[in-house]
Amino acid sequence: MASFKPTKIPVYPKLGEKITEDTLYWKNYKVPVQIKEFGAVSNIDFSPVAPYNFAVTAFTRIHIYGSFSQEPVKTFTRFKDTAYCGRFRSDGQLLVAGCEDSVVRLFDVSGKVALRMFKGHTKAVHITDFTSDRYQILTGSDDYTCRLWDIPNAVELTSYQEHTDYIRCGVTSKLNRDLFFTGAYDHTLKVFDARTDKSVMSMDHGQPVESLLLYPSEGLLVSAGGRYVKVWDLLKGGQPLVSLKNHHKTITCLALSSNGQRLLSASLDRHVKVYSTTNYKVVHNFDYAAAILSLALAPKDESIVVGMSNSILSIKHRKNPEESKEVTGQQRRRPSYRVFVKGKNYIPKQDDYLVSKSVKQHLAKYDKQLKRFSVSKALDTALETSTRGRKPDIAVAVITELDRRGTLKNALAGRDEEQLSRLLNFLMGNMFDTRFTPILVTAAELILDIYQSVIGQSAVIDRQLIKLQELLEREIDYEKNLLEILGMLDTMFASSLPRKEVPCSGIISGSNGLAQGEASTSRPQLQVT
Amino acid sequence: MVEHRDVRVVYRGGSRINFREPVISNDSRFLLCAAGEFVKVFSTVTEECVHELRGHTDQVTGVLLRPSNHLQVYSCSADGTIRLWDFTDGILIKTYVVGYPIFSIYASPNHNDVVFVVTCMFQLVAVRLPRCADQRVDVPDLSAVLSDVSSNPAAVAFGRAGGFLASVKGLQMEIYFFKTSKFFLKEDNKKGGRNTFTCVACHPKDDCVATGHEDGKIRLWRNFNHKKEYTYSILHWHHSAVSAVRFTPEGTNLLSGGVESVLVQWRYNQESQKDFLPRLGAAITHLAVSPDGALFCTSHSDNKITIIQSCVRVSAVIQGLVKGENVRTDLMVDPRSKALVLNGKPGHLQFYSLQRDKLLFNLDVVQQEFIHQSGLEQFQVVRAALDASGSWLATVEERKRDAADLELNLKLWRFDEQTQSFELNTTVAAPHEARITAACFDQAASSRTSTLVTSSRDGRFKAWRLAAPAHTDGDGPSWSCDFVGAYHGLVPGRCCFSADGSLLAVAFREVATVWSAASWELLTTLSQPPGDIRDLCFGRMSGSKYLLGTNENKMLLCWNLLSCSLEWSTSMDVRLLLPDPLSENMAAFCFQDGSTDLFVFGPGEPRPLFSQKAVCSGSVTRAVFAPREAELESCEESSQWLNRSQLYFLTQFMVNRKTAGSPGEPTESRWEPLEPGLGFHREPLVIDDAVAMTPFHLLLGKHRRPEAASGLSAERTPPPHGSPAIKEVGSRERSSDNAPLVSQLLQAPAHVLPAASFLCSAFVKSLLVSAAGSSEESRPPEEETESEKEEEESDEETRTRISRPDQESRGARGGREAGGPALTKAQLRELRRIRKLDLGWLAGLMEP
Repeated sequence: MASFKPTKIPVYPKLGEKITEDTLYWKNYKVPVQIKEFGAVSNIDFSPVAPYNFAVTAFTRIHIYGSFSQEPVKTFTRFKDTAYCGRFRSDGQLLVAGCEDSVVRLFDVSGKVALRMFKGHTKAVHITDFTSDRYQILTGSDDYTCRLWDIPNAVELTSYQEHTDYIRCGVTSKLNRDLFFTGAYDHTLKVFDARTDKSVMSMDHGQPVESLLLYPSEGLLVSAGGRYVKVWDLLKGGQPLVSLKNHHKTITCLALSSNGQRLLSASLDRHVKVYSTTNYKVVHNFDYAAAILSLALAPKDESIVVGMSNSILSIKHRKNPEESKEVTGQQRRRPSYRVFVKGKNYIPKQDDYLVSKSVKQHLAKYDKQLKRFSVSKALDTALETSTRGRKPDIAVAVITELDRRGTLKNALAGRDEEQLSRLLNFLMGNMFDTRFTPILVTAAELILDIYQSVIGQSAVIDRQLIKLQELLEREIDYEKNLLEILGMLDTMFASSLPRKEVPCSGIISGSNGLAQGEASTSRPQLQVT
Repeated sequence: MVEHRDVRVVYRGGSRINFREPVISNDSRFLLCAAGEFVKVFSTVTEECVHELRGHTDQVTGVLLRPSNHLQVYSCSADGTIRLWDFTDGILIKTYVVGYPIFSIYASPNHNDVVFVVTCMFQLVAVRLPRCADQRVDVPDLSAVLSDVSSNPAAVAFGRAGGFLASVKGLQMEIYFFKTSKFFLKEDNKKGGRNTFTCVACHPKDDCVATGHEDGKIRLWRNFNHKKEYTYSILHWHHSAVSAVRFTPEGTNLLSGGVESVLVQWRYNQESQKDFLPRLGAAITHLAVSPDGALFCTSHSDNKITIIQSCVRVSAVIQGLVKGENVRTDLMVDPRSKALVLNGKPGHLQFYSLQRDKLLFNLDVVQQEFIHQSGLEQFQVVRAALDASGSWLATVEERKRDAADLELNLKLWRFDEQTQSFELNTTVAAPHEARITAACFDQAASSRTSTLVTSSRDGRFKAWRLAAPAHTDGDGPSWSCDFVGAYHGLVPGRCCFSADGSLLAVAFREVATVWSAASWELLTTLSQPPGDIRDLCFGRMSGSKYLLGTNENKMLLCWNLLSCSLEWSTSMDVRLLLPDPLSENMAAFCFQDGSTDLFVFGPGEPRPLFSQKAVCSGSVTRAVFAPREAELESCEESSQWLNRSQLYFLTQFMVNRKTAGSPGEPTESRWEPLEPGLGFHREPLVIDDAVAMTPFHLLLGKHRRPEAASGLSAERTPPPHGSPAIKEVGSRERSSDNAPLVSQLLQAPAHVLPAASFLCSAFVKSLLVSAAGSSEESRPPEEETESEKEEEESDEETRTRISRPDQESRGARGGREAGGPALTKAQLRELRRIRKLDLGWLAGLMEP
């Protein structure tokens, strides 16, 4: 005797985004912590030493946050105007920041008052950085100059005036104390060597450069400007390697994941995109609420910090794997070991008559009802579980099964107002899901057939039927539009693709047009034979 | 003439075991049932067949334990004999010749040495079996008991201690008392219309008769000793016809069964108490109870016997070859188990061992609860395909809901080494928009990832490939669509892969298209004389450059894939064309005059290696080559093709037969000697490539012949009658020649031709060739003579052509050499008239 075969719930392919290693990795962050700043967050910089505090430059202040605190651990407020580009030195002791008032200030992280003030620029300084020998500071300003300063003496060492527009980004080499890179609104990137008085390399980005990033190996330079991210090979003399256009607004910030395998770009279009650095394909995408101005990743990607134009700072921390496990472990208490081995280790003696216990088949409630042929009840149960669990596939599978058994009409008939309205609600919700449409259309037709005599007796049902009709009309319009677009695309494809000739059974070998030519070439051969 | 002594057709099994009700022996150890011309003895414990009682020459129609000796059994057959067997040893004891076909057999405990049989006149006849020592006894003593009994063996039953006999037919029940020889006729009320009697059973201890009815009711009749005073009570549980009722030997329980496939056990006199044994698999057709009451058994419509213990628990299942209404899937051989694979009971695929005549297992393809209800459309397995190593199985199931609605599922199963069974890997819902006509796997043994191709009536064929999981959540590789192909919106028919898996051939009505399996490019199209392609297969091994096909126009065609031209063709009505997977041979089953002929040939030439007329009567529906377990060492040419494999085929009557070659066994007398000359009629047809006789052809013939003759005069000698016609004229290689160009132009269906404007100039040029060039100066006289000769020849042809219909009407098996479409007499006359016209002026016009 075969056992009852339960209704099979078909597994539908998951639509939309495919789950890859990257999505798993980048989704493994907690709900973001959001902190309101005083103005647009223009720069975020992580301290290179533990505990990896980060400096957030927003309006006239620089806040330093601890890795898990929601309150700033330190605040620098001694700015006369908007501060820019608060950056840590490689030992995490000093912090430098530019300002709208053209003065560059150097702070001790533990102090409050500026240690040094570097005056000399004539316009706002948007870019400041320490060189790798820790004793010099690079600044770039809206007065088209970039300068190197000596920290102990607070004097200007060199000034380069090669850019012809605002300098808005720059990085110093971590390997060489003399090298630094700047990008400006004149669309160029320049490489300077402090030992020479001129730039050593210049590259054209094509758009105003907003952000620069140097690979840890310092062989590749990444620049962002306009809607493009471009990667330059410095070892080949600044040859462009790849150009990425994945954002639809200006890209404002670049970051590299801690293992150097992924590149992140943030843009005014409110997205952060993650690229693989091997093939430069987008592997993941984050959405934010407002235009993103700054982005930074903590070491080991422990947190992603994003500053937005609506002056909100969003901090996402990585989920702790142990933590999440503990939670589930506490919820489910397993029965003790004894329960499982009870009676199992008994070895029957020779004369024992073994009574085998049949394994009871577990069936869902609707399956039990289907087994008993109580079709209406099975449909009710399935609808209930579907609406409760938000899984329409169960109800659809049961409706399919009833249809296969030829008893769908019986199951749908004989319902009161409340039951019918529940049924109609389900239909309205799921009928236009393409996976369910065929069978639900059958069910809807049957309902109309069965209940057409009582239409007009209940206001609730009438309203639902009218709603259903509206939805149907909208769907038809939609389909019609889609078909129109398909037709347009077809004509476009047909005209753009080169026509490929199929050789027809060697009738006239080659293409049709060549027949004449062949006929003429064939004649000499004929004469030879 | 070759003698085919050692090749013969042997019946292999797959017979119906549910034809008549089975019998359980007294000690409940054996179960006997009629199976075709045999009686099979099964063990009730191990389900194995212990003996086959062979001797009858026609369908066995009944099995009965001998009342006086419980180790002996009677069997009756449509050949008009009753045979007595010792079933424990499988020995035939006696044969009683009755002389009339017998439909069923009964015995009554009251009558010694008398059996009751139903003979051809639907009479119940008492047969007194004479006691004598002879092996074969004629039975002189027949006495009719009842006339007009139902042919259904369940419609007659003997009552308590053999005292009376109950017979039902239609709306009528008759009870016959032996003591008084009196009838009691009982008319049932005819108002309902549906309460026709279907079966009857008598209580062994009580005067009570139970009858089953069409409307699902069981009536228990009592007090029928007195006319008009009978009473009955109704038991109703079944929703459709009751097909079997039976009392247990003690009379405590009543068993009934029907289409619902539920065995119902009613307590006698407490009918409200019932036991059920549901989901027995298929409709119950017969019920039997062992004499000691320990076992019940039910026969089912899917050729199955279920043995049930009296505590209503299934203890054993004896399953025969399931034959549905028709074998929708082709016959296949599983490379692993060497089992025959075909669709079985609804929604299942059965694996049937050919060697042991036993069902190995059923693969549940649909995986849905089967609802036993008549008129309900069920999912059916319609196509199945196995790949070369047997590690992948593809199945197509369909259910027709309405005229427009067709539910289709394509499922791919992977063979799991651990569980030794197929496990579902991928389900593709609605793989095509219309019915799938063919499915085949890439048969190349070496290819790592095999390809599946399905073609459908929606005008497309799709190629499916195993793809690695694109994302991490998938638990393994699954199949996905790799390519969708179509050709001019035509409906694809058969498809097949070449032996190395590099080429795919798909038949689109009249055109065979050849695609590259690597890049899915259309490589070439092969057109042919008109007629939709019925079957298509590639040659194997040394014949791998050939593609063979058969078409509706009764042609067998062979294309050469290297030159993309027709190699040879012959006219025969091939119903089935199948290649032997282990050799290069092909077998063709041709249907002719109500019987089927078998031809075996190599793809290279139209000469049969073996042919046999009238292999079986009726048409062969399915056939398959199954590999032999051990290769035979046969040196005779005619049977060499059977060295590696055996050919099994399924006849219309759904019995499994095979052609087996075993030297030394005598040929059965009914297989007539074979004449190879008759099978493949060599066409002495000179018109190359069977160009249709059209006005165009006759016009152009004049121009073409001289050219062909100049290059190929050696080959052009008319082939002697009886040797294969060399159909390839070799002009294909000389592509410079214009003649093939024109011939191809005329052969090709119009829809595969380029626009007429492209062709026109080439066509006209080709006509001018003889007039242009330098060498034709010497030719014209030759040409004249040649063309005249040709004219004569073709005149002859026309004459033979005309005479042929007469031959056919005389009943000769002619008509096989029909090359092109037959022309009516009027057309021929017209043609001749056209040819007689002097067209020289045309050539004159064209000359520069």
